[in-house]
Amino acid sequence: MSVLIYTEFSEGKFKKVALELASYAKKVAESLGTTVTAVAVNAGDVSALGAYGVDKVLKVTDTKLDKFNAKAYADVVKQAAQKEGAKVVILSSTTDSLYMAPIVAVGLEAGYASNVVALPVSTNPFQVKRNAFSNKGFNITELTSDVKVIALAKNSFGLVEAQGAAAAEDFAVTLNDADFNIAIQSQDKTTGKVTIADAEIVVSGGRGLKGPENWGMIEELASVLGAATACSKPVSDLDWRPHSEHVGQTGKPVAANLYIAVGISGAIQHIAGINASKVKVVINTDPEAPFFKVADYGVVGDAFQIVPELITKLKEFKANNN
Amino acid sequence: MKILVCISHVPDTTAKINFTNGDTEFDTNGVQFVINPNDEFGLTRAIWFKEKQGAHVTVVNVGGADTEATIRKALAIGADEAIRVNASPTDGFFVAKQLAEVVKAGNYDVVICGKESLDYNGGMVPGMLASLLGYNFVNSCVGAEIEGTKATLVREIDGGKETLTTDLPIVIGGQKGIVEEKDLRIPNMRGIMTARTKALNVMEPVAADAKTKAVKFEKPAPKSAVKLISPDNLDELINLLHNEAKVI
Repeated sequence: MSVLIYTEFSEGKFKKVALELASYAKKVAESLGTTVTAVAVNAGDVSALGAYGVDKVLKVTDTKLDKFNAKAYADVVKQAAQKEGAKVVILSSTTDSLYMAPIVAVGLEAGYASNVVALPVSTNPFQVKRNAFSNKGFNITELTSDVKVIALAKNSFGLVEAQGAAAAEDFAVTLNDADFNIAIQSQDKTTGKVTIADAEIVVSGGRGLKGPENWGMIEELASVLGAATACSKPVSDLDWRPHSEHVGQTGKPVAANLYIAVGISGAIQHIAGINASKVKVVINTDPEAPFFKVADYGVVGDAFQIVPELITKLKEFKANNN
Repeated sequence: MKILVCISHVPDTTAKINFTNGDTEFDTNGVQFVINPNDEFGLTRAIWFKEKQGAHVTVVNVGGADTEATIRKALAIGADEAIRVNASPTDGFFVAKQLAEVVKAGNYDVVICGKESLDYNGGMVPGMLASLLGYNFVNSCVGAEIEGTKATLVREIDGGKETLTTDLPIVIGGQKGIVEEKDLRIPNMRGIMTARTKALNVMEPVAADAKTKAVKFEKPAPKSAVKLISPDNLDELINLLHNEAKVI
């Protein structure tokens, strides 16, 4: 009957989204009067999960699962849910989890709701609030199936520590050849750089920066803040920056704690993609730029003067606060 | 190669979003509808397969008669024929069931969907469809090549890309990058004229249980006014980010 979560483990530890998922699941489990079970694949030390409310961890260890494979991983989650008799299965919103969630749902004959941004509105009937219309609206969805699968939007709940220790248990899953019909040939991953998906802070530049040669200060500002760099659509269309940095409605979504937009006017499609960020700062020469209407803090002025000065001041601030 | 491209009929990305009928329905009043952008990238890749490799391209939409203008646009862009499943697309599983019937009836070996629609942002139809059909499935594709029965896909992963190989039949979840923005096509007059004579077959839905229902909609709370900080006082910005917003 427990609530089941799939917790992503990478580079020797659980991802922050996994801990957020545990925090969220603990509250859901409390309102259902049950416990939280996590399933983890090829994870080492799983004790971190206990500190965020997980009661039991099913540890799956199999070299065939060294790299993510949606169908095989979906099988793992499905079998874990069945073993636990879980009625509520919760995944995070990483690219991998969103890839496998619908496969898990079909496997469990479950309804599925993605982009969930808060604790269930009600557990009977089971209703959740989710982001829709590219952050321009919310949608209360009722899951009418016996088993429910939901995906929690990144950075929507936060971390809540709990008292407790998770009991680890080895869990053997049955995988079949059809799970591995898709072969990974190569992976091209940026290393040593904060990715937009994981970043707490994102620094983003627009056409106001006039050309790719002016991105040095954006990268430096990001580096001072431990932030990822991003850009608006025109900038990626002009090939000033790689497509992987394009954030917005047709680019990558951003749900950071802090989003700093430099020289971006704030087209509605751009805002849609970044609006899930908690705090937005805009630096722009044009006081009429639409971005100021949705920002928390704004500086009207020349980015070429403001950003270097901000970098200097932030360095001082960091030096005094560490 | 028989390709089925699944398209959603969604509000234009610049549309103002409002709700009506006691906040239980999306207000379509004054809203311009378009092919879901993620689907349009996939459709454009399908047309490339048609022109370079002789693929036959069918588009399908699950929706009411009001979606036909959007379907005709896909035909004007270059799809060979179209199917509309005459049902309201209220639940992702229901839509996936309808599409699975279309795939089986037409024996398509390549199905291209957008990774998510920009209205409900469910992101579930491609994966559910692949599961129902037992087809291979790759999501968030930013590259797709097909030779014979072999497919090579490039998938976006957090922080990079991954190249995958598999066999047909396949469901591809597409997005920007499967073709570039500049490759998108604006229908020309000839395309629009020929689209009028291409087949648009209407199918009735099969019975399928919805597993979710949209109960209510809400608009985000109005935003409080921006706090403007003088460019001569950036210390104040740092102070606010540290002490008020607590994000640095």
